[in-house]
Parts: sequence; C-alpha cells; structure tokens
Amino acid sequence: MLKIRNLESGYDKLKVLKGISLHVNSGEIVTIIGANGAGKTTLLNTIASIVKAADGEIILNGTDVTGITPDRIVKNGCVLVPEGRQLFPAMTVRENLILGAYTLFRKKGKKTAKENIKNIYSMFPILKDRERQLAGTLSGGEQQMVAIGRALMTGPELLLMDEPSMGLAPIIVKNIFRVVESLRDQGKTILIVEQNARAVLEIADRGYVMETGSLVMEGNAEDLLDNNDVKRAYLGRDYKEFTDK
Amino acid sequence: MSGEQTLQYIFAGITVGSIYAFVAIGYNIIYNATGIINFAQGEFVMLGGMIAYTFSGFMPLLPAVVLAVLITSAVGSVIESVFIRRMRKTSVLGMIVVTIGISILLREAALYIWDEQIRALRFFTGSEISSVSILGARISPQVLWILGITTIIVAGLFLFFKFTLTGQAMRACSENLRAAKLCGIRTDSMVNLSFMLSAGIGALGGCVVSPLTQTHYAMGTDLAIKGFIVAILGGLGNAIAAVAAGLLLGLIESFSISILPMAYKDVISIIILLIILVVKPSGIFGSRQASSMKDY
Repeated sequence: MLKIRNLESGYDKLKVLKGISLHVNSGEIVTIIGANGAGKTTLLNTIASIVKAADGEIILNGTDVTGITPDRIVKNGCVLVPEGRQLFPAMTVRENLILGAYTLFRKKGKKTAKENIKNIYSMFPILKDRERQLAGTLSGGEQQMVAIGRALMTGPELLLMDEPSMGLAPIIVKNIFRVVESLRDQGKTILIVEQNARAVLEIADRGYVMETGSLVMEGNAEDLLDNNDVKRAYLGRDYKEFTDK
Repeated sequence: MSGEQTLQYIFAGITVGSIYAFVAIGYNIIYNATGIINFAQGEFVMLGGMIAYTFSGFMPLLPAVVLAVLITSAVGSVIESVFIRRMRKTSVLGMIVVTIGISILLREAALYIWDEQIRALRFFTGSEISSVSILGARISPQVLWILGITTIIVAGLFLFFKFTLTGQAMRACSENLRAAKLCGIRTDSMVNLSFMLSAGIGALGGCVVSPLTQTHYAMGTDLAIKGFIVAILGGLGNAIAAVAAGLLLGLIESFSISILPMAYKDVISIIILLIILVVKPSGIFGSRQASSMKDY
C-alpha cells in the first residue's frame, strides 16, 4: 500500500527526517512511536505533501507520489487526520464533513459524499445531533470524531493519523482506538503516530520506533510491547523493574 | 434641520457609505482568504470606472459594465499569480507593502493608459438632472441603483459563502489553510479566486458610483483609506458588518458636513479609526474572541 524509501525532509535548513524507510501493507494498522520532537508529525506531513520531501521517495499503491500537490495525494486515496484535529472551528460539523469530501464533489460524486456522511453519522451518532453546531464548540472527543469523519469522507484507502489521543480523557482515547480498529476491519489501512505507546501498540499490527529523525526499531506490536528498551523508554516502566531483575 | 433635509443627508450618507462598503467588502474577501490587507483595492474601483467609461463610448452601458468587471477580475487574478503567489513566503506586513506597490503601479498605469482627466459614466437611468422623490427628499435614481446593487452583492456573497462548495472552501482556507490543503482543496486557486472576486466587486462598485462621484486615475488612494477604516470599523473579515460600518461612516461624514466645515470630513473618519483601534480593535461587530485567534 505505502512504501517509503530513504525519505528526508525538514523545514528550510533544519533537517528533521534523516532517511526514513518503511512500508505499510494493505489492511494493517502500523504505528510509529517516539518521543516529542522525534519527527513523527513531520513524517506524516511529508507523506501528505504538506511538507516537501528533500530526498527519497514515497510510493502509494505502486505510484510515485513524492512531491505532488496535497490535493492529488487526497485523490490518490490517502488522507491525514492532523495533529490537534485542525477543524474549521467557525463552520458547522456538517460543513466540516462536506469539505472533507471536497475532491469527491469536484468529481461529481455528490451522491457518494451524501452516503459517506450518513455512514459517518452511524459511526459517530453524536455528530448527527451536533450537525448544525460550530465545530469549535464541540468537546475534544467530539472534535476528534469530526476530524476522523472528515478524513473518511473521500473514502480513502490509507488513513494517516497524527496523535489522535492528544488531549483526550483515557475513556475517550479507548473509544477512538476502538474506531480505528473497526476501520481496519472494514478494510482500511492505517498509519498512526502516537505518544501513547501502550494504547496504540495494543491495537496495532506492527510498529516502528522513531528517534531524532530515524527509525531505530521495527517489529510486531506484541514484540515491541515486550521489548525492554521500548518498555523503558516509551511505556513508562520504572527503571528499577529492569535493574532489579 | 428640516425633515426633508435630514432625509437628504441620510441618502447622501448612504450613497457614500455604499462606495466605502464596496471597497471594504473587497478587503474582507482577500483578508479572509490570505490574511493580507490588499491596499490596491481602491484601484480596482478606479479601473472598473475607467474601463467601463472607455467601452461605453462604443457600446451600450450594460455590456460595458460587464466587460469592465470581467477585465478588472482578470487584472486581480494576474496580480495574484504574478506578485502575491510568488511572495507568499514573506511576512504579512511585507505582503501589505507589496500591495501598496501594486496600487501605485496600477495608478501610474491608469495615468499612462488614460490621462489625468476626470470622467463619469452615463447615468444608468435618466440623467444628472432627473430625480425621484422619496418622502419629500429628492434623490438621483443612481442612488437607488447603488443601493440595489449593494444589496444584491451582499446577499449574493452571503449565499455564496454559506451554501456553495466553492464558497465553503474559501472560508475553510481562511479558517485553517493547512487543514484546507489536507481536505484536497487547492488553496492557491482559492486565493486567486478571492482576488478575482474582490477585484470584480470593486470594479462593479466603481461603475455604479461613477455617474455620481466621477472617476479619476488617482481616486483609489482615498477609497483605500476610507475602505480600510470601514473594514476595521466593522471588524475585519466580516462582509456584512462592512456594509453596516460603511453606511455608518457615510452617514457620520454626511451629517458632519452639516455641522463642521467640509474639510473636516476626512479628519472625522480618521479620528473614528483611531478610537476604534484603541477601544475595540476587533471592530464594532467583530467578536473579541475571534480576533484574538487571528495572527497579524
């Protein structure tokens, strides 16, 4: 589905990604965990073409999509749910969702878009009730639902998710992750970046560990959960647990 | 002041106010899409009037006005793709300086293409001596044209931004440019469209007011300042508030003439601008909350 080879990118002179290679197979949940500032968000933004790749290539469904415009990435079936939701706060929930289907409308897919809205309302019934409210007035969890719903509006095959748990209560994080799992069960592919390593490794199939712009480890989610280095660095285990053994 | 006299002042104020509103609406559209104050907005009004005047020499008024609007829109589009798009990387302040440069460029070009003569488009209906009487006040039918077209523009813009996908996408760009890109909206074309739209609206304004206020190559600067005051007064980014604020400023100016010497007219509007900037920078109708989220 997605193949990244030796990707480098950053902002002006600051190089953030130093040669990233990874792949995501169809129907998988793959996660990238890592500390603040490791470059996780930059990686997703580079895939979504919001940040320009300096070197390397991004191959989506067999086509090279490196350096094409963000709207064409969307048209190629890859949508990013950005960090911190990034809704249109002064627009209604429905308008937010409609804009998610912008490329669909442009292709005369009005009918599909209307159906997709229905699907999203059945996935998140609360949004149906909030339809006419301004997105900025919703709670954090509801806003995250809108963000996910908006990204699903074009019916993407690959969903990139950036810190979906950010700023949410643990119970809501659980719900969001359950939704992510159900999306995979519907056949979507998901690349998810998280700081909440434990929660995400529990639903993911595979994971990568990122440190200062490079991937330092990869493996099955269970293996990563068991790995001592990962435990110590990202799962918040006390150092004693390892030294006392 | 008699009742009819008051009414006369009110109509004069509304006429002037509508012109300011036309300029302020243009400011708002571009500001919404880009965060830039386009100080060349007054020049669009001037171009509209000038081009329509030239065409009206050899064709009926309606096609001349339509052509003027289309050509000015095209000028707006060219300005965006030649100057604005290439310089997006500079700061907002830098961009504002660029638009001042563009306004000088357009003004000098107009001086070169036409000349320094004052021109006036034909009256849309009747002539300069015809008038209609409303509640005893005698006003030119052109005033009704101005009011009608202002109303249509405001209503049209409201519907456009609220109910069309393109309008919604433009609002999305102004609210969150990055998110708009992620939705697959081509933000560059939206910015371009915003320049076309405000140039076209400015040009239309320039055409309807030309019979009453005349068109002159250097009229843009004055309008740019007044329009800016109105846009700030109403609250930047709000087209409907701009109309209300425009009418308000027009009325204040109009009544100030009846009390103070005419020369103080501009002083009053500048004083209003200063008061607003100090007391409520978000504008009369702007919400403080919304303006605190904007970056300048």
